[in-house]
Amino acid sequence: MTFAESFVVDVDGLDALVQVLIQRGYETKGPTVHDGAVVPGPITGVREFPRGVRDEQAPGRYRLGKGDERLFAWAVGPGSWKADFFPANQVEWRAHTSEGALSFAEVGTASTPLAIIGARPCELAAIEVFDRVLGEGAHPDPRYVTRRDTCFMVVVECAVPAGTCFCSSMGTGPDVKSGFDIALSELSDADGHRFLARAGSSHGADVLAAIPHALASELDLRARLESLEHAEASMGRHLETEGLAELLARNIEHPRWSDVAERCLSCANCTMVCPTCFCSDVLDISELSGALERRRVWSSCFDLDHSYLHGGAVRSSTSSRYRQWMTHKLSTWWDQFDTSGCVGCGRCVTWCPVSIDITEEVEAIVRTDGAARVTVPTSRSDS
Amino acid sequence: MIAVSSAMRPSLAVWKFTSCDGCQLSLLDCEDELLALAGAVRIAHFTEMSKAIAPGPYDISLVEGSITTPDDEERIKAVRASSKYLVTIGACATSGGIQALCNFTEPGSYARTVYAHPEFLSSLDTSTPVSSHVSVDYELHGCPIDRGQLLEVLLAFLAGRRPVIAGHSVCQECKARATVCLLVENATACLGPVTRAGCGALCPSLGRGCFGCFGPSDTANVPSLRARLGANGATDGQVSRLLATFNVAAPKFRAREEGVTP
Repeated sequence: MTFAESFVVDVDGLDALVQVLIQRGYETKGPTVHDGAVVPGPITGVREFPRGVRDEQAPGRYRLGKGDERLFAWAVGPGSWKADFFPANQVEWRAHTSEGALSFAEVGTASTPLAIIGARPCELAAIEVFDRVLGEGAHPDPRYVTRRDTCFMVVVECAVPAGTCFCSSMGTGPDVKSGFDIALSELSDADGHRFLARAGSSHGADVLAAIPHALASELDLRARLESLEHAEASMGRHLETEGLAELLARNIEHPRWSDVAERCLSCANCTMVCPTCFCSDVLDISELSGALERRRVWSSCFDLDHSYLHGGAVRSSTSSRYRQWMTHKLSTWWDQFDTSGCVGCGRCVTWCPVSIDITEEVEAIVRTDGAARVTVPTSRSDS
Repeated sequence: MIAVSSAMRPSLAVWKFTSCDGCQLSLLDCEDELLALAGAVRIAHFTEMSKAIAPGPYDISLVEGSITTPDDEERIKAVRASSKYLVTIGACATSGGIQALCNFTEPGSYARTVYAHPEFLSSLDTSTPVSSHVSVDYELHGCPIDRGQLLEVLLAFLAGRRPVIAGHSVCQECKARATVCLLVENATACLGPVTRAGCGALCPSLGRGCFGCFGPSDTANVPSLRARLGANGATDGQVSRLLATFNVAAPKFRAREEGVTP
């Protein structure tokens, strides 16, 4: 078995894949249906995948409906794999004071390696963005690195993008080229319901060899390409990335920032669902017993406290906060990490309660590039 | 364990104004921590717990309730004068509470509806937060307040640090616990995007839209949420009703000066 070869695996074979990973000691997780949405959850077999489910997504709107026999005929929901590598609330260390002396205790790392079965290409791209943020640089997060290095990644290519998807604009999907252990493409046509499987690592090839599989035919390979072409043509959104970083950099006083601030709730939903938003707050908790704890919790650039320095918040207006978020994602992220901070998953568009669409906001600035300079207020009251 | 002799311990006083007692009850609800707390502070005035009252001044006062009577107006000044730190607890003390519905009607109309002989009452025409009368050092929101947040304020006071209490929206608590957004997923009327966190997103996690118990978040944009709830089918009156509960008089929740009738 070589990396370049493609194989056909049926639904029972996918179940066998899950069982092999469980037997090899992985905590297996994948997409599941919970509370009316496709979200990450524990997977013990093929039955937990969102079979026969279709999603309908639009700005500020998400509905699940009935689909066909396929298990992966939907686009990403509100939860992302971010939470598995960068938990919403993580204890960094514990300490105890006793008679004036301070003693520290280390907090261990989860010892069970994680296998993700059914991440989408944009989600893998998001994790790779995270690798640069938390896994590289002068001070990599050791728990992130361990969790990531031991992770087994099965990516399922996209056949049915949602109305808010624009991964093809960002070059992160609907297909996947690297970074996986196994890549699957779900096919459902006259030749039956099956998965085209490719190994992307020796580890992946080893697991693939352990489950029932057959060599893929020319027809299977063509069916995959047709499915991907169809997916690419049915992206609900488009973002023009050519010159985008520079466009935003020269429009930091554009009137659109004040316009979007009228609508923006500053609720932070976009940053919470974003698979690459990594802002955190560090909290020191003291208890009556003398126990101390330092926690890292998710934070957001939409919080007033997030830019709090002595005397007040640096970004006290919604316009300055929205501008910070969007220009970081699409412009200054390049300066900082040499990549885009946006992977085109569309979560921020779907899960904005008031339907703010990042592609539409960009388009508005494109249309009026260099519009009359207005000073974005930084000390405006938010009332 | 922070336990020092009685004379060294900071004194704690708890005061009640116009309120239901639920917030000060949160202090007694700290069952597991209560003994340790009593070892760290000297509970000098807490009539819900004990008839024993020690004279002021007090190091920290917790004030529950809104100001609704001429007597309240005078008493809160005395509490302020005898307190080093004054912390208001709950929606009544921080925004006027549900009784502030009276602020938006003809004076006395609620009293006439509720009492057979309103002439025996001696009350003001409005229900106002403590901060409208005296300076307040810290405000703890909620109806009722969160027990954990109350302990955090007291611990921060004892340690001389800033309380770790967020001013952001309930949405962040939903996302941290992976609760799917009710507003987006099924158009539930939810005040989470404009409401201060603190409850742990209790109602949305049980499938109910946020009622706004903790009042407006630091950055609440109520007009924008109103527009969305309206587009989802709620009438202007229904949205006003939704906002007109425990924090009806919080400036950002107060949609207009009239329209809520007893």
